[in-house]
Amino acid sequence: MYQYNLIDQTLVDQRVAQFRRQTEQYLNGELTEDQFRALRLRNGLYVQIHAPMLRVAVPYGLLNAPQLRKLAHIARTYDKSYCHLTTRQNVQFNWPKLEQVPDILAELATVQMHAIQTSGNCMRNTTTDPLAGVCIDELEDPRPYCELIRQWTTLHPEFDYLPRKFKIAVSGAANDRAATQFHDIGVHLVKNDAGDIGFRILVGGGLGRTPVIGQVIRPYLEKKHLLSYLEAILRIYNLFGRRDNKYKARIKILVKETGLDTFTEMVEAEWQLIKDGMELDQQRISDIQGHFTAPDYDPSAPQDSSLAQQQAQHPTFATWYQHNTTDHKIPGYRAVYLSVKAPDVPPGDLTDSQLDAIADLAERYSFGEVRSTHRQNLIFADVKQADLFALWQQLDALQLATANIGTATDIICCPGLDFCSLANAGSIGITKEINEALDNLDYLHDIGDVKINISGCMNGCAHQSVGHIGILGVDKKGTEWYQITLGGSSENEAAIGERLGPAVAKDEVTQAITTILAVYVEQRQEEESFLAMVQRVGIDPFKEQVYATH
Amino acid sequence: MQLIKNKIVTDDNWRFIGDDAALGKGDICVSLARWQQNKPELLSHTGKLGVRISPADNVAELADDVSKLALIELDFPDFADGRLFSHAWLLRGRYGFKGELRATGQFMPDQVFYLSRVGIDAFKPADSAYLPKVLENLHDFTVNYQQSIAN
Repeated sequence: MYQYNLIDQTLVDQRVAQFRRQTEQYLNGELTEDQFRALRLRNGLYVQIHAPMLRVAVPYGLLNAPQLRKLAHIARTYDKSYCHLTTRQNVQFNWPKLEQVPDILAELATVQMHAIQTSGNCMRNTTTDPLAGVCIDELEDPRPYCELIRQWTTLHPEFDYLPRKFKIAVSGAANDRAATQFHDIGVHLVKNDAGDIGFRILVGGGLGRTPVIGQVIRPYLEKKHLLSYLEAILRIYNLFGRRDNKYKARIKILVKETGLDTFTEMVEAEWQLIKDGMELDQQRISDIQGHFTAPDYDPSAPQDSSLAQQQAQHPTFATWYQHNTTDHKIPGYRAVYLSVKAPDVPPGDLTDSQLDAIADLAERYSFGEVRSTHRQNLIFADVKQADLFALWQQLDALQLATANIGTATDIICCPGLDFCSLANAGSIGITKEINEALDNLDYLHDIGDVKINISGCMNGCAHQSVGHIGILGVDKKGTEWYQITLGGSSENEAAIGERLGPAVAKDEVTQAITTILAVYVEQRQEEESFLAMVQRVGIDPFKEQVYATH
Repeated sequence: MQLIKNKIVTDDNWRFIGDDAALGKGDICVSLARWQQNKPELLSHTGKLGVRISPADNVAELADDVSKLALIELDFPDFADGRLFSHAWLLRGRYGFKGELRATGQFMPDQVFYLSRVGIDAFKPADSAYLPKVLENLHDFTVNYQQSIAN
């Protein structure tokens, strides 16, 4: 994991001092609302319905045990003893006091964390595959490139007042687990015909009100040109992105209105002028790679015979193993998902005591590190198979072992009307109802891979447009209604879901979802996943049943 | 009026001349449009010359003229319009402007560290009460991750 040097630490400490001054000046009336809004957003601080909300950066989803304990301490001391995992691998606190935020940031700085550029019209936290470095389908570990991008984006003087927010995701694996096709820039590690590894660069993807799948702007880019190419894209966007309408200000609209070919020509022309002056030398890449070396794996791990025995003796453990652990490139190891989707808890919420306990377990079982995922769960990336049974027991006691990873109750959900000032409708309540309706684990596992995403408004923080089933809350004359879409995906087969029909009333959403799943169970072909069936039959068979009673 | 140049408070001896106004005497600054329309007349002026850039302007149009100018003003209609940051970078870094690159208008004192890093060396905030803050905030950071424009 990357460790700060003196420069990194100084920068974060000076940022805390700067924000402390800005907060004091605001409270003294020396900064206007508009000015302070821009400044606080760039330090992760929103103002929500009940209180400010602070979004803390978790660069590419990587956390160590001291950082988890610090998050627990902050939750306990400055908040209501919990925090929330976001779809971009960050952590949010929902109840901090404005005047205490500089103190919270100072606490974070002591464990090499910050909230820089986690909101506002600037370059945001870079995200990646939560299985980076351990998965079996990886060409190369993307995290060193994420760190290079993190440094380049942090306090970039030219690009802090962009037309709109800007998000970059990097993937090094054959299967895209970082939704790179739905980012302003997606970066894929690829091999060219000569066998060299470089990057394929996508541009103009995005979710929100106008979901767009990113397009390839450069099929292959040598590694040394990574930052110059990003800079060329950002400069063209900063100069030509629309600033007259915030709903048309993302780069996806610029790419669409300019046309990919013309946009590409503009970027390439800009890049030719800067590329030679911005080359990354191999030494710099190697230095950063040195922070992401493999941990000290136990070569005797595969010799364990206890796992098979425990699976046979404990069917609940076997079920958990099947759904909540995944293949690891090192024999005898598994990556373990901590399900932060217990049935009666808002998706992605963690308490201070859970955070402390996770820190302890990470140290005992996974080299002291944990990752946050796009789907609002956590991962212990390096667990010896002989330890799985003991770990499962402890996770179960912490309510972090619900065997629902990748199932219909592993729901991505935004804070919704309960917390968010933008929302038109509740989302957490719908999630709870769906959980209650799908409380039979056997049925849930039979349905298999169904990704449900629920957003409380068309800003789409929970990425409903790329859910296999998407649920979008809308306001109709003061009451909450929900639009349902089917067939979306943020993975390799990227797709935007199709509207099923008219919005349904709040008390009919759960029945609509169970009806959709029943149609699937009834009409699926052998081994056919939900998404595959929607792609095969379209939405009509679902539509007929859902609206049959109306 | 005063401004900050090279981290020192100094008097501003420049006058901005509106598009329809007479040039008058002394050091004068005009809009990019007027510069393009009246270049010969302006070049025969006895004082020093400056051009005011607005966010929507294309600074590439000044590329061949930078050596003729002693001042380029980047005029912020509001602090959120980040195009002027790129304009500054281009003028200083790509087109080699060596004169005074000045931020004017509604930029925030909290933005001056970034502005200095894209090549701006003079700051004239809309409210001169901001001058002490501008000076102080130029020192917000002693470290950074990106290459800077050499002033």
